[in-house]
Amino acid sequence: MAEVEETLRRIQSQKGVQGIVIVNSEGIPIKTTLDNSSTVQYAGLIHQLVMKARSTVRDIDPQNDLTFLRIRSKKNEIMIAPDKDYFLIVIQNPSD
Amino acid sequence: MEIVHVYTKLRSEFGRQYLFSDRPTELLVDIPPDPSLAMQFITKTPRDQATQACREMSEHQVNTERFESESRGLNHMEGGWPKDVDPNDMEQTIRFRKKVEKDESYMNSILQLGSVMDHYIRQNNAINIYQDYFTEDQDIDEGQEAPSAKTINVFRDPNEVKRTVTCLSWHPDGGRKLAAAYCCLEFQKSSKDLSPDSYIWDIENPNQPELALKPASPLVCLDYNPKDPHTLVGGSYNGQIVYWDTRRGSQPVELSSVEHSHRDPVYKIIWLQSKTGTDAFSASTDGQVLWWDVRKLNEPTERLVLDPGREGNLDRALGAISLEFEATMPTKFMVGTEQGLVVSCNRKAKTPAEKIVCTYDGHHGPIYALHRNPFFPKNFLTVGDWTARIWSEDIRDSSIMWTRYQMSYLTDACWSPVRPSVFFTTKMDGVLDVWDVLFKQNNPTLSLKVCDEALYSLRVQDNGRFVACGSQIGAATLLEICSGLSTLQKNEKSLLAAMFERETKREKILEARQREMRLKERSRSEQSREDDTGRDADGDESPEQLIARAEEDFYSVVEAERKRREERHRVSTNHSKP
Repeated sequence: MAEVEETLRRIQSQKGVQGIVIVNSEGIPIKTTLDNSSTVQYAGLIHQLVMKARSTVRDIDPQNDLTFLRIRSKKNEIMIAPDKDYFLIVIQNPSD
Repeated sequence: MEIVHVYTKLRSEFGRQYLFSDRPTELLVDIPPDPSLAMQFITKTPRDQATQACREMSEHQVNTERFESESRGLNHMEGGWPKDVDPNDMEQTIRFRKKVEKDESYMNSILQLGSVMDHYIRQNNAINIYQDYFTEDQDIDEGQEAPSAKTINVFRDPNEVKRTVTCLSWHPDGGRKLAAAYCCLEFQKSSKDLSPDSYIWDIENPNQPELALKPASPLVCLDYNPKDPHTLVGGSYNGQIVYWDTRRGSQPVELSSVEHSHRDPVYKIIWLQSKTGTDAFSASTDGQVLWWDVRKLNEPTERLVLDPGREGNLDRALGAISLEFEATMPTKFMVGTEQGLVVSCNRKAKTPAEKIVCTYDGHHGPIYALHRNPFFPKNFLTVGDWTARIWSEDIRDSSIMWTRYQMSYLTDACWSPVRPSVFFTTKMDGVLDVWDVLFKQNNPTLSLKVCDEALYSLRVQDNGRFVACGSQIGAATLLEICSGLSTLQKNEKSLLAAMFERETKREKILEARQREMRLKERSRSEQSREDDTGRDADGDESPEQLIARAEEDFYSVVEAERKRREERHRVSTNHSKP
């Protein structure tokens, strides 16, 4: 339990990190550092995107699997680390 | 064990026995080669023949009809909560979350994901992979890409009976909206079910206009107020001026009174530069230019009659079809008339006679468009009959540059607001021409067929990239011009200034020469008149005598021709006779 907190705190303290959301496989946000409305938005939208990305990778090569997904936009970068049951979403403002 | 199948057939049921025999070979046909046939063929060496063993395929292009699209939103509610947990109940959700956090697999996966994420975050922080590394080398020439323009959207008149798009005006703030005036300009063709509405379109949504403007009579022209983007003023077919505020809806806020308005359709109305931002002026073919204050539309504030004799005589007035006003020169304005004259006027003149400063006579027909070059206000562009002409204010007799006579009538033109040497014209065969005078002067740089019907109006947006043109069946097309024609090139201003200077000088020299020649003629004719006062000088013939002489000449020529034909006919029949 404490290690989880430790890990999240470490990520949060990195340069440029704006927020962290942990979502479970059903789209329920478990832990978040953003406000409620953004959390719900991120959880719902990104969940669908990750499902789509994963199915795309597996369609192309069934032996393959999605390990990481980065969405770079004008304002920030959304990084998603998927797992079997949970995703970790981090929003970072890259250095420039 | 052997498996045996017995098959029996009676010998009598067999077919006849084959009796083969051998025979020596026999020559049946001998066709020797005929070298004379080779003359009909050409040897083609080497031969290059490509073959491909593949399925036959053909390429087709299909364009769908315009489709209707609608924006819809989907509201995402928090989902996925198990049945016993109510998402709105804070306690239950917190309890659920705490339960999940205690789960073993949760902890393991988060630890693992955390380290992975950490790696990527550090990577991001270390190097910005999208940094511009080679900025110095990026200033290479864009290359001579061919000029092009792309249609982005077509806004069609939603009514059943299609009317012409007579005037277009861009929203002054960014140009996201386009106001279009629809009217049937053909004489006496307007039917009862012709809708008088005009529309404001949002350029992203071609399916439905954003706002309909409902005047009493169809609008011929309209203009957005450059100072206040919510207000518009329009001139209608019955001569009235109408004022709208888009915040107040489709009905006009104010209408000018019928007695004091124009007596003919108002062909052009432009907002003026003033402290109050509520002044506009309008022109119509009844020969008047009226000034209005939109707060009080029952009477015009000022009136000018376009009488070339400067007497204010309405009967001899010229009908006005286009107006020109430049905000940088608020006291001067120009009017283009139906008779082909451009009248330059000064608003601040003391007497009405002095209002009309000078006239430029150039076109054979009505001047449909009049526009000053935004970079060189002394030069203006006029379009009428089949040519487009560029004038300099100083030269009255003729234009300094003009295009060739085109194949079809030109209906509208305007300069590009970003490139001083580019202007656009529309023609009655549905073609939009983009002219770049620095690049090519005989022909348009780019000629686009926008639609099959005639194009009647044209307006360029302030950023110079979007052009809207309106056609006869009420379709306004929005085009995007390629960046080559909408970005300022280096030295363009100075090159164009030099070109205008040169042409102006040429015209000045020609004008001076003409004047000299005329002076010489006059002095010579004066002398000759003094010499023979008794004789009737040729120049003093009355019109009737001139007509009689012309008739005589005509009949004698016809007679001579007839005689010649008879001769020829007689000669040919003589020849045919044996």
